[in-house]
Amino acid sequence: MTLSPTPSQTVGPFFSLGLCARPCNVLVADGPLRIEGMVLDGAEEAAPDAVVEIWQASGAGTYDSSFGWGRCETDGEGRYSFVTAKPGRVDGQAPHLVVLVFARGLLRPALTRMYFPDEAGANAADPVFASAGDDASTVLAQAQDGGLRFDIRLQGERQTAFFEL
Amino acid sequence: MDPPYDYPDYRSTALRAPRKPLLRLPQTPSELTGPAFGEDAVSEFDGDLTRQHPGEPLGERIVVSGRVLERDGRPVRNGLVEIWQANAAGRYAHGNDDHPAPLDPGFTGAGRCLSDADGRYRFTTIKPGAYPWRNHPNAWRPAHIHLSLFGRAFTQRLVTQMYFPGDPLLEFDPIFQSVRDPGARARLVSAFDWETTSPEWALGYRFDVVLGGPSSTPLERQ
Repeated sequence: MTLSPTPSQTVGPFFSLGLCARPCNVLVADGPLRIEGMVLDGAEEAAPDAVVEIWQASGAGTYDSSFGWGRCETDGEGRYSFVTAKPGRVDGQAPHLVVLVFARGLLRPALTRMYFPDEAGANAADPVFASAGDDASTVLAQAQDGGLRFDIRLQGERQTAFFEL
Repeated sequence: MDPPYDYPDYRSTALRAPRKPLLRLPQTPSELTGPAFGEDAVSEFDGDLTRQHPGEPLGERIVVSGRVLERDGRPVRNGLVEIWQANAAGRYAHGNDDHPAPLDPGFTGAGRCLSDADGRYRFTTIKPGAYPWRNHPNAWRPAHIHLSLFGRAFTQRLVTQMYFPGDPLLEFDPIFQSVRDPGARARLVSAFDWETTSPEWALGYRFDVVLGGPSSTPLERQ
């Protein structure tokens, strides 16, 4: 039996009613890693009505269904943040977060990954990171005071590299 | 099957649709695993949107139910299903909704539940009203309920909208019409359901959801 999937539709502008009623962006209380960034549109304008979800492995590099998922809606300035701990390497891949972006104007979510700036060697050897080619820098977080910065550009010259879902 | 990112009739896609070709992703554990939610993710009144306030909401009481399935027909068990919607007058209890229709003190319009062992989910709610938006002149969204679903793998994540059968606005709605395949579009429309229609209480609508993603290709089951 093969059933046909239900199509995606946009989250629209009012998702925070249902999706963000309870904050889900602290994966590890007082965790050692703070990730923040903005969601930007093709005019480099902040998207104040986007929601970013992440899925990550534990520090040991294993996936556990009870840890590793987070969700954060962007604020009025298009900013989101997560407090977590760095994932380990899974099956030889460079440490990374799976990142899914939903927004008004996105009829289906945009899927990307976030890689770590202190993992140059592992990143270079990671086939998914390498597949982004010239756009690999768009999936690489930047170190900043107190954590990492990862901006997501939905469109434009500097568009984030997105993957097929 | 899914709508394109770029769909000019839905104006908000213009500056938000990714334009670069999507990259192929191999199926690694990152793609084949996902979060699970326990009973603590939902509380008593989360599945009944008509009982979240001291007073009852206005409008037509309905039961929305269905099954969450993978493509091979297996049920998604303990999958988190979240919904949000406008009230019977077509107004969202959201600060940015400025449609001049009344808010309902008896209705927030947000719910959640976990699917059971057969993948079944069920909500009691109010039929949402249609509402205007500014996409084009005299634009109206057909009545709809937003649904967010989790499968076994994070890449099966789905956010969609459920519509009601016979709605004359469907033909003119760019968000519904963005799904170009008529068969796929039809899967977004719920079916009137005698089975969940309760005498002298509520009308039933059935909406089954099939998650795509990695289950569509053979893989080792956990």
